[in-house]
Amino acid sequence: MSMIIVENLKKSFGDLEVIKDMSTVVEEKEVICVIGPSGSGKSTFLRCLNRLEEISGGHVYIEGTDITDPKVDINKVRQNVGMVFQQFNLFPHKTVLQNVTLAPTKLKKGDQKAVEKKAYELLDKVGLREKAKAYPGELSGGQKQRVAIARALAMDPKIMLFDEPTSALDPEMVGDVLDVMKQLAREGMTMVVVTHEMGFAAEMGDRVLFIDGGYIVEENVPKELFGNPQHERTKAFLSKVL
Amino acid sequence: MQTIINAFPYLMEGLQVTLYIFGIAIVIGFLIGLIVALLRLAPLKILNWIAKIFVDAIRGTPFIVQLFFIYFGLNSLGFFSLDNTTAGIVTVAINAGAYFSEIIRAGIQSIDKGQTEAARSLGLNPTQTMRHIILPQAFRRMLPTITNQAIISLKDTSLLSVIGVADLTQEGRIQASATFDAFNVYLILGIIYFVVIYLLSMLASFVERKFVLR
Ligand SMILES: Nc1ncnc2c1ncn2[C@@H]1O[C@H](COP(=O)(O)OP(=O)(O)OP(=O)(O)O)[C@@H](O)[C@H]1O
Ligand SMILES: [Mg+2]
Repeated sequence: MSMIIVENLKKSFGDLEVIKDMSTVVEEKEVICVIGPSGSGKSTFLRCLNRLEEISGGHVYIEGTDITDPKVDINKVRQNVGMVFQQFNLFPHKTVLQNVTLAPTKLKKGDQKAVEKKAYELLDKVGLREKAKAYPGELSGGQKQRVAIARALAMDPKIMLFDEPTSALDPEMVGDVLDVMKQLAREGMTMVVVTHEMGFAAEMGDRVLFIDGGYIVEENVPKELFGNPQHERTKAFLSKVL
Repeated sequence: MQTIINAFPYLMEGLQVTLYIFGIAIVIGFLIGLIVALLRLAPLKILNWIAKIFVDAIRGTPFIVQLFFIYFGLNSLGFFSLDNTTAGIVTVAINAGAYFSEIIRAGIQSIDKGQTEAARSLGLNPTQTMRHIILPQAFRRMLPTITNQAIISLKDTSLLSVIGVADLTQEGRIQASATFDAFNVYLILGIIYFVVIYLLSMLASFVERKFVLR
């Protein structure tokens, strides 16, 4: 079964039609990178995948569940879809450990001991075990983002969504975060990544989506999309960013 | 000096009544404030309106009129009879509740939208998000303003003397006329209020320091 199916997705903010018609399919263990000009609707597209934005038209299926169906328990679906934000959005009043354990604790994912053990494993994975008792305010941007990834992973998601996870970081922090994401990809996580890091997209992406003007203009394996773009707009965009 | 020594035990009795009324009213008032704030932010227009009308009605009328309305007005309907202390507690609670609700609403709205999004994306429902993520952060931010309102409410309790509640101010009035030494009695009365309010502020800043937002 496909992990994500997007079918004729539409999204408007009032009169502003940001997503006019987008369709795509994401299979298990695929890493999809989404690129496009600023304001083209990359974030909006991503946020429709866990219904953080109300969907105006079309369908989005997550593991076969149509999340545009109002009867769907969206909170249940979201437990299987982790999300990482550009601005981290860590909970500043909670320690690093509490940030990671909060959701699994409140949503009853096993007993407290097991939840904490798992949290420490995840902090190990992102290289921040020694920061478990620190507060987010005491961390660098790169460390915050790695905690945010651990926090999302704590719910054992099947899918991870990333919205420009490295754009708010100082250049020297970007590598650490990308390394964590690469490891995650190699472990077989299904990922949709909005990014400006063309290097990451080229190296890790199974496919790259180029979004512009409310449509998925072009969708291809990175080698083809970067090396042999078919559309004028893709060419124009790539000539600016590469 | 003798006046003060004679009057002091009565003033202390009055202080107990004041603190008792204040303590109950402020807790109820806070709960009212929380509920009204949530109603104002609820995704249902009719609830927003009810909450807004309540807040506007309280903010747009003097405390003493609210007190008279509840004590004399409601009692005159004959459905129930509130004694003066209960009417006083109810008035202070409702009045503080309206102001608290505005403070709490502003506090909730001051929390970055990303916090809600992060919580919801983890699968927390709106109630869990409010309870574990938004309110704890909002309260820390609101604490100074909340303390301010609590102090105003404490001072408002002195108006309950008008309907005969034997609070600190009422005891002061009685002692002032009984001792024929209005100057010293009211001076002491003021000092007692001042000390209580000072201690309240100290407590608040202690709590604030303890829970300072990282
Ligand atoms: N909540 C909103 N209300 C109204 N308009 C919005 C809202 N969110 C996004 N938009 C608009 O939708 C369009 C697409 O925004 P979006 O954030 O999805 O773009 P993006 O491709 O992620 O851009 P960037 O690269 O700058 O992050 C923009 O014109 C933006 O102003
Ligand atoms: Mg964006």
